[in-house]
Amino acid sequence: MKEKLRNRPEIFLVPVVFIFVMWLWETLINRLEVKETILPTPSRIGEALIMQFQNAYFWQNAWVTTKEALYGFFFATLFAIIVGTFVSQIKIVEKTVMPYLVGFQAIPKVALAPIFIIWFGFGQTSKVVMAATIAFFPILINIIEGLKSADSDRIRMLRVFGATRYQIFRKVQVPSAMPFFFAGLDVGILLAILGAVVGEFLGSQEGLGNMVLVSQYNFETPTMFAILIVLSLMGIFAHIIVRAFQKKFAFWADNSHIVGT
Amino acid sequence: MTQDQSAIQDASSEASWISVSGLHKIYKTRAGGSTHALADINFKVRKGEFISIVGPSGCGKTTLLNVLAGLISKTEGSAQVAGQEVSKPLPEIGMVFQAPTLLPWRTILGNVMIPVEIQKRDKKQYKQIAMDLLKLVGLDGFEDKYPNELSGGMQQRAGICRALVHSPSVLLMDEPFGALDAMTREYMNLELLRIWKESNQTIALVTHSITEAVFLSDRVIVMSPRPGRIAEIISIDLPRPRTLDMLTSDAAGAYVQRIRHYFSSSNVIE
Ligand SMILES: Nc1ncnc2c1ncn2[C@@H]1O[C@H](COP(=O)(O)OP(=O)(O)O)[C@@H](O)[C@H]1O
Ligand SMILES: [Mg+2]
Repeated sequence: MKEKLRNRPEIFLVPVVFIFVMWLWETLINRLEVKETILPTPSRIGEALIMQFQNAYFWQNAWVTTKEALYGFFFATLFAIIVGTFVSQIKIVEKTVMPYLVGFQAIPKVALAPIFIIWFGFGQTSKVVMAATIAFFPILINIIEGLKSADSDRIRMLRVFGATRYQIFRKVQVPSAMPFFFAGLDVGILLAILGAVVGEFLGSQEGLGNMVLVSQYNFETPTMFAILIVLSLMGIFAHIIVRAFQKKFAFWADNSHIVGT
Repeated sequence: MTQDQSAIQDASSEASWISVSGLHKIYKTRAGGSTHALADINFKVRKGEFISIVGPSGCGKTTLLNVLAGLISKTEGSAQVAGQEVSKPLPEIGMVFQAPTLLPWRTILGNVMIPVEIQKRDKKQYKQIAMDLLKLVGLDGFEDKYPNELSGGMQQRAGICRALVHSPSVLLMDEPFGALDAMTREYMNLELLRIWKESNQTIALVTHSITEAVFLSDRVIVMSPRPGRIAEIISIDLPRPRTLDMLTSDAAGAYVQRIRHYFSSSNVIE
């Protein structure tokens, strides 16, 4: 235990810093008598959080946002795999499509939300589309880079044994792309959550983004902070899940976590 | 050589398992120029023979092996393996590379089985062969390990098993031991002779070690650079089985001297 603390002092430092910042925050707000509607104390935010957790209405909205983000993430991944495969395998497709993709990426995606609402309504569909649009590009770029990263010596080795193009794709390019793919998913899932919430900000009847807006309207600042915490917890949770998959399906790239052998 | 060529055509493909004649390779470079990498290469290798190819860096050794492996096209001339003109990779051929080139996401056994999978051979039957080969090179017990858990020498041995698993009649090796330390290298040389004796393959080995070439081979092909030509083909008449002691013999020393003589002007090989 002592050994562990000496090697990794952050185990000790992270909670200490947290407690200190919370204490400072709480004290300053009380001393300076800041209005709760402007900046609530941590304890008030905590209370608001616990209140939300006991509220079925909150869980419904959390589920809506989760669903929107997951569907968006799913479609972004699906399209990224399809487009990435064609772009990486067929030179002429790459040359033709790449300028459009780069141009598309240059659009500030958030600015598309009002258009999506016109096209897909105020319901969940427009949020799914928004989430997918924002998450798509980083996943795609990682897939393309990953498929192209395949080591030429490994490809040569397969060719000596008579491998077809499909066998080279399947046995070297796809596995080589795995670490990149998961790096893309890691960024993509967070962007999908962001996309869903942004979509909700710009027009919705439900979801955590909508709850933030309603809280703002009612000057319930502690609730706004509480939902912010929930959203970051969702992001952390998603990140942990992606990492778990990465460890399982791209274990060879994860040198930093290999402990002994 | 001339006697060989006068033999009946049909029989000659029996007698010479690898046959290269009038081979040229010219690379087109990106700048629009061209490199004459191989110029009028002629040689034959008998079935079961062990030949080495030595020569200064850039003289076309890798190019020659790549032509035989069916990886690159010929500009002119012919290259035959087992009586077939090589125009694409043949199942007849196994190849060992300078780096082990194992796939890190596959176990050692999974790596050795790559040719079997690619050529859609019966996995059950060949798994036994793969296990026997691993045992032959002293890797039994390591079949379920991943490449990064093995030393460089062990990885290279796995690479040799992979080249042999589909029982090719020809084994092409491109500086397979170049990255190993001297001790491991000597050990691998003995190992290779043992494998060769058991499997009776025809082996063409590219090496930058003249001693290694003399120690292992029946004949050594000495190449000269720009454009890559064969300077001489030297028969090594040392008795077999060979032992490391033989390397210090006068006979071996004379062969080494004779080959080294070709490079004294250019001084270094590789
Ligand atoms: N793909 C290629 N394109 C153009 N030139 C090449 C290519 N591969 C090799 N060469 C040239 O051909 C010559 C022989 O190369 P190589 O066969 O690799 O020699 P070695 O293996 O004996 O060192 C060199 O001059 C090299 O620069
Ligand atoms: Mg070479």
